[in-house]
Amino acid sequence: MIRLDAVSKVYNQGRHNEVWAVRDLRLELETRGITVLKGPSGSGKTSLLAMLGCLSRPSSGRIHLEGRLLSNLPERFMTQVRRSTFGFIFQRFNLIRGLTVLENVMLPAYPLAPDPGRLRDQALGLLRQFRLEERAHNKSEWLSGGEAQRTAICRALINDPAIIIADEPTANLDSQLSRELLTLIGELADQGKGILISSHDPLVFDHARVSRVVELRDGRLA
Amino acid sequence: MISFLRRQGYLLEYSLASLARRPGKHLGLVLVYATLVFLLASTLLFTQSLRQESALVLAESPELIVQRLLAGRHDLIPASYLEQLGTIRGVGERYGRLWGYFYDPAVRANYTLMVPRAAPPAAGEVQLGAGVARARGLSPGDYLSLRSARGEPFSFRIAALLPADTELVSSDLMLLNAQDFRRFFDFPADRFTDIVLRVRNPVEVRKVAEKISLALPDTRPILREEILRTYDAVFGWRQGLVFVLLTGAMLAFVIFAWDRASGLSGEERREIGILKAIGWETGDVLRMKFWEGAALSLTAFLLGYLLAYVHVFHFAAVLFAPVLKGWAVLYPDFRPVPFVDGLQVATLFFFSVFPYTVATIIPIWRAAITDPDQVMR
Ligand SMILES: Nc1ncnc2c1ncn2[C@@H]1O[C@H](COP(=O)(O)OP(=O)(O)O)[C@@H](O)[C@H]1O
Ligand SMILES: [Mg+2]
Repeated sequence: MIRLDAVSKVYNQGRHNEVWAVRDLRLELETRGITVLKGPSGSGKTSLLAMLGCLSRPSSGRIHLEGRLLSNLPERFMTQVRRSTFGFIFQRFNLIRGLTVLENVMLPAYPLAPDPGRLRDQALGLLRQFRLEERAHNKSEWLSGGEAQRTAICRALINDPAIIIADEPTANLDSQLSRELLTLIGELADQGKGILISSHDPLVFDHARVSRVVELRDGRLA
Repeated sequence: MISFLRRQGYLLEYSLASLARRPGKHLGLVLVYATLVFLLASTLLFTQSLRQESALVLAESPELIVQRLLAGRHDLIPASYLEQLGTIRGVGERYGRLWGYFYDPAVRANYTLMVPRAAPPAAGEVQLGAGVARARGLSPGDYLSLRSARGEPFSFRIAALLPADTELVSSDLMLLNAQDFRRFFDFPADRFTDIVLRVRNPVEVRKVAEKISLALPDTRPILREEILRTYDAVFGWRQGLVFVLLTGAMLAFVIFAWDRASGLSGEERREIGILKAIGWETGDVLRMKFWEGAALSLTAFLLGYLLAYVHVFHFAAVLFAPVLKGWAVLYPDFRPVPFVDGLQVATLFFFSVFPYTVATIIPIWRAAITDPDQVMR
């Protein structure tokens, strides 16, 4: 359970270009099943996901995860929570150019210093699961959009997080690939992962597996 | 402990891969960096061995030299002073020296003519320094013809060449016996160039020198330690000159490194953001970048130092010699003796690696402490 108490996010506060991306949001989210944050571009979905995933802090208000206050943890603990609890699938995939698919997938585990052989096996296992084993030693910049996204999913899963966060995951995919992606996400939900997705794509928020849709507009619940 | 090492291993692996991913940028940096280390290390290695060499030579030189002054200028010293010096307490062995300079118009260079105390050459024979022999194209057995002070031609047979191990000093040397010396220069029979003294108790050298100044007011005693100091000052000055130039180079390098680093490309900044977003701590990013800088600067340092070593000790510092040794005409073919000083290496390492690391780590640190939510845009 994630609880938000009067959470706001403001950029450039006090300056002429001040933007309230999220305003006074009160909300409870399940950490199981698939939750979709729906809303037009600029409604604050990405800002909210970033705060939920400990990538940034609220300007005011509090966020609790399973009863634990996240929003004012020191930076180191925030990183630890982020690393152990959340896996991210970014809209622009954010794979690191010049590294192979396999290296990209293993990257989030480096600070945990696992046994290299085991880490490799685990990463290869994930790549097999997502039909990428043939790509393992290719550089990430040569992948197609669908492959890059599946690589990003493998990377999000390498530390076995409880919650997967995906920001507009279908924005760069055609309908066919979008459906395949939703199937994959459904499978992850079946394995017990909580999924938080932002999207303004009807293919996503009308999907049968989605358990809850939260609609945002101008940083508030619509 | 294992996990600490493993973690550093992962970070190191990542940073090496990251160096390899941008070969152009990093190769350029290593080259500029290595050049700087090369210049600095060459100067240090060269001046040090030069200084050692001259100290070695001077260590054998006499403790006290007495010159006569006439109107404040060096004049020939009467042989009778030898006896008067003998009456001064503390003065041990003493002898007059004969030496002088000769300008040879054929090669437009000055030779130093000298009568050695031990084993002087036979009449009509000389021992030549390598520089003179080279300039004149002579080898043992050949004859060297010079015009004496009276304008008569003098022919000397070359008995031998002087050993090359002290060539820095002996390059322009020509040794001959006393009779030949006096005849060649038309040198008065009752005079010497100067007088050399040994002092029985080395602690009393200064006191003896004072007594000499009192007893023979027209003379000037010169102490060996003063000569040593002069040499040091000259070498120090030349080294200083080179260092001024190098400081400029160093500054340029720091600016260059700063520019490279603070101008973290958008891609590098994004990469740092991605690493943080997927769970790396700020410390992990910094450590990774530290390894990157360390690998780079260590490579450059080793490369530069190695090249400097080869340059100085195998190629006799060809690039620097003119500045550091002075523009002698009979250029000594000085082969520095390999010598590496640990403290010097450490100093050089510190002054080249430290500024670079600081210059690069600050902007990285600034990029690494910002919230990683930017990568979601
Ligand atoms: N770093 C930032 N600086 C200034 N304004 C920002 C920043 N990030 C987002 N915004 C603004 O905040 C608002 C919400 O953006 P965002 O959270 O990206 O919404 P969405 O993901 O729904 O499109 C937008 O008006 C956007 O321009
Ligand atoms: Mg967005």
